[in-house]
Amino acid sequence: MPSWVSLPRVDFVLLGLVLAVIATGLAVLYSASGQDAVYVERQAVRIAVGLLAMLVFSQVPPHVLRIWTPWLYAIAIVMVAATWFFGIGRNTQRWLDLGVVRFQPSELMKLAVPMAVAAFLHQRILPPGWKDTLVALLILAVPTFLIIRQPDLGTALLVASSGAFTLFLAGIRWRTIALAGVAGIAMAPVLWMFMEEYQRNRVRTFLDPDADPLGQGWNIIQSKIAVGSGGLTGKGWMNGTQAQLEFIPERHTDFILAVYAEEFGLLGVCGLLLLYLALIGRGLYIASVARDTYSRLLAGSLAMTLFVYVAVNGAMVAGLLPVVGVPLPLFSYGGTSAVTLLAGFGILMSIYSHRKFIRH
Amino acid sequence: MSSGPEMLELRLSRLYGLLLVFFLASVALVARAVNLQVAETEFLQGQGEARFLREVEIPTRRGIISDRNGEPFAISTPVDSVWVNPSELLQVPDKLEQLARVMETDPDELERKLNQRAGKEFVWLRRRLNPDLAAQIKALAIQGVFLQKEYRRFYPAGEVAAHVVGFTNIDDIGQEGLELAYNDWLIGETGTKRVIKDRLGRTVEEVELIREARPGNDLQLTIDRRLQYLAYMELKRTVLEHGARSGSVVLLDLENSEILAMVNQPSYNPNQPNASSHGLRNRAVTDVFEPGSVMKPFAVTSALEEGSVSPATAVETTPGTLQVSGHTIRDHHDYGLLDVTGVLTKSSNVGVTKLALELPAELMWDTYRRYGFGEATGTGFPGESAGVLRNHRRWRVLEQATISYGYGISATALQLAQAYAVIADHGRLRPPTLIQGATNPPLSVIDPNIAQQVAAMLETVTGPAGTGKKARVANYRVAGKTGTSRKASASGYASRYVASFAGFAPMSRPRLVGVVVINDPTGELYYGGDVAAPLFSKVMSGALRLMNIPPDDYSSLLVQADDELGGNQR
Repeated sequence: MPSWVSLPRVDFVLLGLVLAVIATGLAVLYSASGQDAVYVERQAVRIAVGLLAMLVFSQVPPHVLRIWTPWLYAIAIVMVAATWFFGIGRNTQRWLDLGVVRFQPSELMKLAVPMAVAAFLHQRILPPGWKDTLVALLILAVPTFLIIRQPDLGTALLVASSGAFTLFLAGIRWRTIALAGVAGIAMAPVLWMFMEEYQRNRVRTFLDPDADPLGQGWNIIQSKIAVGSGGLTGKGWMNGTQAQLEFIPERHTDFILAVYAEEFGLLGVCGLLLLYLALIGRGLYIASVARDTYSRLLAGSLAMTLFVYVAVNGAMVAGLLPVVGVPLPLFSYGGTSAVTLLAGFGILMSIYSHRKFIRH
Repeated sequence: MSSGPEMLELRLSRLYGLLLVFFLASVALVARAVNLQVAETEFLQGQGEARFLREVEIPTRRGIISDRNGEPFAISTPVDSVWVNPSELLQVPDKLEQLARVMETDPDELERKLNQRAGKEFVWLRRRLNPDLAAQIKALAIQGVFLQKEYRRFYPAGEVAAHVVGFTNIDDIGQEGLELAYNDWLIGETGTKRVIKDRLGRTVEEVELIREARPGNDLQLTIDRRLQYLAYMELKRTVLEHGARSGSVVLLDLENSEILAMVNQPSYNPNQPNASSHGLRNRAVTDVFEPGSVMKPFAVTSALEEGSVSPATAVETTPGTLQVSGHTIRDHHDYGLLDVTGVLTKSSNVGVTKLALELPAELMWDTYRRYGFGEATGTGFPGESAGVLRNHRRWRVLEQATISYGYGISATALQLAQAYAVIADHGRLRPPTLIQGATNPPLSVIDPNIAQQVAAMLETVTGPAGTGKKARVANYRVAGKTGTSRKASASGYASRYVASFAGFAPMSRPRLVGVVVINDPTGELYYGGDVAAPLFSKVMSGALRLMNIPPDDYSSLLVQADDELGGNQR
C-alpha cells in the first residue's frame, strides 16, 4: 500500500452513535409524517449528502481547516447578509434559493462561528485577556445579531452559544462569565424591544399557555398532552393518537420529539437521551485528547452545542422553555441542519484521527 | 506558554464543570419527562382523548304522515347541509373562492360573513343542498368545510293537504297542523356515537355506538287523498267562481266518525311555507262563524223533544215577519201556513222562531250542547275553536229567537259536521278524528226517533219545494240544510254573507256527512242554496262513487236498467 493512501480517517464509535440516532430518527419521521414515505426519502437524501460532507471533513486535517476558517467565516457572513436582500421564506427571510437547492446560510454559522473564535484564540495567550475576549465576542456577536434580525431566534441562540462555549473553554475568568450573565439579564428588556411580535407572543405563551389555548398556546399544550399520554412505555410505533391524528403541531420538524415520546414513552425518551449524551460524551472526549488549542476548542464547542440543541428542543417540547425554533438534531425534518451537523461530526473525526498520541 | 500542562489542566477542569451542568440539565429533562409521563400521564391522556374522541349525533328520520290508504302526505328524505369552521376555511383563500364559485355566491361576501363569525367553530353555510351541489362540495375536500346529513321534509300533496298536515321548520320541528300537534310522536330520537376525529374534524374511526337512533313514528290519517284532492279542487273552483274570500269543506265518514277530507281556501305550499301567509289557518277547525239557517234543525229537534209538536204540526208564518222585543224577524217570502217540516224545507225564520219561543231556554240550550256546540270537538288540532254558545241563563228572548235560526251563536265547519252526523247516525254523537285508529266511542245524545224525524224533514230541503235542490246527487237521496248568514261587522250586520250547506247521504242508510262553508261570495249569487249546495253535490257525488257506496234505490235502479236493456232488445 503506498504511503499516501490511508484508510478513511473515520471514528467508528462516533459513526456508530450517529447512525443509531439517524436510523431512529427516520423511523420516527415516517410515523410523524403520517406514514408518508416521501418525507423519509427526502430526509434520507439530505442525510446522505450530510454523510458525504462528514466523510470529506473527516479527511481534512485540523490545521488546514484552521487556515480556511477566516474565509469560511467571511463567506458565511456574506451569505447571511444576503438573505436580507434575496431571502425567501414564510414570515422570515432565512433561506437562499441557489436554484437547485434552498439553503439556510445561518446554519453554516453554527460551524463558522466556533471555528472562527477557536482560530482567533489559537494564536493568543490563554486564558484570553480583556481585548481578546472582546474581539472574540465581536466575532460571535455580528452573525448572531444578523440572524436575530432575520428573524430566527433558535439558530441565533445556537450560534451564540457555540461561540460562547469556545470562549468558555478557552478559560475566560469566572468573573467575566458572571459579568456577562448579569449583562445578559440586564439586556433582556432591550432584547424584548428588538423582538418581533410573534417572538414576544411565544414568550408570553410560554409563561401562560392556557391564556389562548386554541391559538398561541396550542403548540405547547398539544405537545405536553402528547408527551404525557405516552406514559411509561408509549403507545408503540405509528400508534400515537395525538401524532397520527395531526394534533401535534410541526410534528415532523420541531416537535418530532413529542411524537417519539408519545409512541415510545418514558423509557424511549431516556434511551434516546442516553444516546445523545453518549454522542456528546464522545465529542468531549475527542476534545480532551485534541492536539492543539484550535482543535480542542472547536471539538469542545461542537459537542456542547449539540447538547444545547438537545436540551433546548427537549425543554421546548416538554413546555419548559418558550417555543424557539430549535430542531432535534438528526431527528427533525430539514436539510441544512442535518448537513451542518454531520459536517461537524466529520470535523470531530478529523480532530480525533489527528489527536496527540502521547500525553506526557 | 499557551499550552502548558497547567493551562491544559485548567481548561479540562472547565470541561468537567460543564459536564456537571450537562448532567444537571439532563436530570431536569428526565425529571420533567417523569413528571409528564408518569405523574400526570392519566390527566394528559384524558386531555388527549378529549382532543380526538367526540360524541356525534346520529340524525334520525321523522315519521311519515300518510293518508288512510298509505299514500304519503309528508316524507323525510336525507339531504346534506354544509357547515364550516371559519378560521380554518379562511386560511385557504383560494379554496374559499372555489367554494364560493361552486355555491354561486360572491367570494368577498362569503369571506366577510366568515370573518364576522371567525370566533365560532360552527357556522351553517347552507342547509339542505341538492344532491348535485353536495357532491361537488364534497369533491373539493376543503379543510374546515363539512357536510352534515339532515332530513328534509317533502309534502307531495302540497297545498291540497297543507292545512291538515302542516309543516316543519328548518330544524325539522312541527310548526303547524298535525306536524305540530303530533311533533313528539313523529320526531324520533337522535342517536349518539363516539368517534375519533383528527385535528381537522374528519372522522377517522367510529369507536362505539352509545345510543341507537330511533326513527320517528309514522302517522296514518283518516283522510282519503283522493277525496281530499276532489274536495280541494271543487272548493277552489267554487271560491274562484263566486269571488269568495275563503271557504272550507269537511267530509265525514259516519262509520267511525273519521274525517275523510278537510280542505280550505286560501291555501299555501307547505314545501315553501311563508309564515306570514293568511292561508296558513285550517279554517274548518280554527275559524268560527255565525252559521245561520243550517242551525234550524237543532231548534226543531228541541221542539220535538219538548213533545208538544210533531213534524206535521201547523205553524203560521204569515205575514212573513214577526216582532220580538222590538226587532223584526223576516222571512224571504210570506210562506203562509206551514207544518214543522215545511219550516225547514222553506227555511222560515218566523216559523222556527215561533217554535223556539215556546221552549224553555234551558232545554234548547241543552239540545244544542248535546249536538256539541260551544265545545271543541277534541281532535287536538292546534288552534281548534270551541265556538260560542252562551249559557241559557243569560239568554234574552231575542237571543233565544235568533239562536234558533243560527245567529248569536258561532261554530266551526267541523262542529257543524259533527252535529249533522248526530242527526244522520240515529242521535249518536261521535267526536270526529283525523288519526287512523283513534276513533271515539259513540254517545247517544238524541232520541233515535227524533233524529230520524229531523233527518226525514231535512230530505225535503233537497226536494222539489226545498232551498237545497242544487245539493242533490243523482241516484242518491240527500238530506241537508242550506244556510245564508249575514256577516256581523262593526256597524251591525253588513250585506256580506256566509253561504253554507250541511247534509248527508245516502238518506236510507247514511254514510257520509258533508259541510261546505263559503265565506263572503262577492258575485251575484250568495245564497247557500246557490253557492254552497252545488259544491256539496259535487263533492258528495264524487265521494259516494269513490267510496263505492250503493245508491238508496239500488234495487229499483237495477230493475230500471233491466227494463231498458230488455226494451232495447225488443
